[in-house]
Amino acid sequence: MKVALFVTCLNDTMFPGTGKSTVKLLNRLGVDAEFPTAQTCCGQMHVNSGYVPEAIPVVRAFVDAFAEYDAVVAPSGSCVASVREQHKIVAARSGDRGLIKAVDELTPNVYELSQFIVDKLGVVDVGAYFPHKVTMHPSCHGARLLGVGDRPERLLKAVRGITMIDLPAAEECCGFGGTFCMKNPDVSVAMGADKARHVRESGAEVLVGGDNSCLMHIGGLLTRHRSGIRTMHLAEILASTEEVA
Amino acid sequence: MSPTMIETKTFLGIPPFPIAAKKALADSQLRGNMHNATHTIRTKRAKVTAELPDWEQLREAGADIKDDVAANMGRYLVQFEESITKAGGTVHWARDAAEANRIVIDIARRHKVDEVVKIKSMATGEIELNVAMEHAGIAVWETDLAELIVQLGHDLPSHILVPAIHRNRSEVREIFMREMGKVGRPAESDLSDEPAELAGAARKHLREKFLRAKVAVSGANFMVADTGTLVIVESEGNGRMCLTLPEVLISVVGIEKIVPTWEDLEVFCQLLPRSATGERMNPYTSTWTGVTPGDGPQEVHVVLIDNNRTKVMADEVGRQALRCIRCSACLNVCPVYERVGGHAYGSIYPGPIGAILTPMLKGVGVSKQIDSLPFASTLCGICYEVCPVQINIPEVLIHLREQVVDSHRGGVPGTLITTMKGASLLMAKGWRWGLLQKAAGLSSRVFWKKNGVIVKMPAPVSRWTDARDCPAPPAESFRGWWKRTDGGRKDAGSPGSARKGTDQK
Repeated sequence: MKVALFVTCLNDTMFPGTGKSTVKLLNRLGVDAEFPTAQTCCGQMHVNSGYVPEAIPVVRAFVDAFAEYDAVVAPSGSCVASVREQHKIVAARSGDRGLIKAVDELTPNVYELSQFIVDKLGVVDVGAYFPHKVTMHPSCHGARLLGVGDRPERLLKAVRGITMIDLPAAEECCGFGGTFCMKNPDVSVAMGADKARHVRESGAEVLVGGDNSCLMHIGGLLTRHRSGIRTMHLAEILASTEEVA
Repeated sequence: MSPTMIETKTFLGIPPFPIAAKKALADSQLRGNMHNATHTIRTKRAKVTAELPDWEQLREAGADIKDDVAANMGRYLVQFEESITKAGGTVHWARDAAEANRIVIDIARRHKVDEVVKIKSMATGEIELNVAMEHAGIAVWETDLAELIVQLGHDLPSHILVPAIHRNRSEVREIFMREMGKVGRPAESDLSDEPAELAGAARKHLREKFLRAKVAVSGANFMVADTGTLVIVESEGNGRMCLTLPEVLISVVGIEKIVPTWEDLEVFCQLLPRSATGERMNPYTSTWTGVTPGDGPQEVHVVLIDNNRTKVMADEVGRQALRCIRCSACLNVCPVYERVGGHAYGSIYPGPIGAILTPMLKGVGVSKQIDSLPFASTLCGICYEVCPVQINIPEVLIHLREQVVDSHRGGVPGTLITTMKGASLLMAKGWRWGLLQKAAGLSSRVFWKKNGVIVKMPAPVSRWTDARDCPAPPAESFRGWWKRTDGGRKDAGSPGSARKGTDQK
């Protein structure tokens, strides 16, 4: 199986640690993932903002970068949901039959990290060690659009030393919402403040999630409120072992 | 306008959503009321939908029936007209709001009345019938409790099902004490804010209007094509009073409310109450088929309104919005609606369904307020999850955003489109994206040394940093790390299998 890492533009630029952890984790599970450097972004920002023609070159770049792989793994539920749900819309608007066909062939092979580990590799215990109190925000796109279900929790519960704590109103959106956080900053912050309050009340030391976009938003509030709670991507906890923990 | 009339407010002048929402967020009473009310209904809905083993199949059936109706609208409407005409009813066709209002006013005038009683109806709200009636000198008395609260409070509805959801009981008491006497029987001077007492006050206030009225105006939840039957589901019995006491009944109904047969009605009679009020059954379900001599209204009119519905039907993605049965489940679960309330949407249709229905019925590209609505969502998708007729609201929102952006193309390019076009160029090639990251990393080394967190930035990025910290871009991107270390292979201490650098630039 020829596997590629789609690190996502946000992780690539702002959260390289998540990408490194994903590489380390996959490597430990025996997957030699490659990083095609032609990759950029899933195009979600453009599509969700209404700029579909502008997303065409981005989707084209995605297809060019990943077409030759059997599986593409990304540490983001939102970006994978965008690939699966939106690339066909963009391809249709392009009117390019070649692109429509390429998108149809590629998108079923694109997996969110927890889906790839649980479904493709058939692994739940990834051999991680993380002796901390952790609560999880199940980001909406991963949970509802992509349907990752309880895979992240199952992976986390198998981590040695970890104490998982339920997050009150966990299924409620954090208010990030892509460009929503800039177009409707007041509502976005009102929602995020409630989410951050639930995180504080949970008593956890670490908030984990499968999408750094949501975590950047909630984490930005948690540090502004001097809560002392840090945010970590799922890949970072799953990559942790006794040597570095 | 007669002195005893209440002037109906309209949504005219409500600013675009972000501005209206900011004002609403500052109202702590509103936020408290909205939180309590939406969470109460939300919990009830979840409970009664979970107890049906075939709930998902019901949703699918509901969607299928409505899609069949949309595909064969012409046939069903003509069938409905024939059936109800045979039963003694009269059908009027209205292209738009103005035509519909004129038809209702003409009927009322023919009967020489200066007042009508009214059942809560979204269609009449959409066409602003009350305003038109008042201009024609005819008073409209809302008889639904929540609608009465809104009317007496010189207020606007903020929810499809419970239009006074933004008010709590002490506010309701104040409104009743202050306003009831101005337009009819006043509230007792010792009225408390107990819900049962408040309902009692409304009952007494409305009773004289029910007994006096010669004409009633209603909407309808469903129209059954093969029998010509109209259906209204309600909780309070005020509807039953309006449907049975007056001599003349005028029902204003959107053409998409049609269902082919009574058998189809069975599906919706399960979907609607469970989704709307979280009840297994609603207390009153009234059905009427034309005129029954000597029993109930002896003149029955139906005003079928298009008001751009046929235009929506032509939109392949957007047409699913016409499945809507106005249950409000999407409002009650929406995290955005919960925090800002309904007024911020500037329309009789608030919340997620309003954010798609209003722009489609009124058109995009003509008003900043309407164009802001498809963006009033985080696309979290919970509305789609609860919708009893499976309207994929996030899908339609994104589709409408595309239409809004397309409608503004060609002018002087603004900040956002320039940013989007710039990002599109950068993201078309991996090496271009890499260059941007190098610049970001450089900026980090120069500017953002402190704690790796940015706490203040200029506009428009201040919209983020005003309330949230922002992580500083790292000195080295993932891409940079991969190239430098050959995917970690050359990184000291990192696990060591060789990886191929697959440089495709």
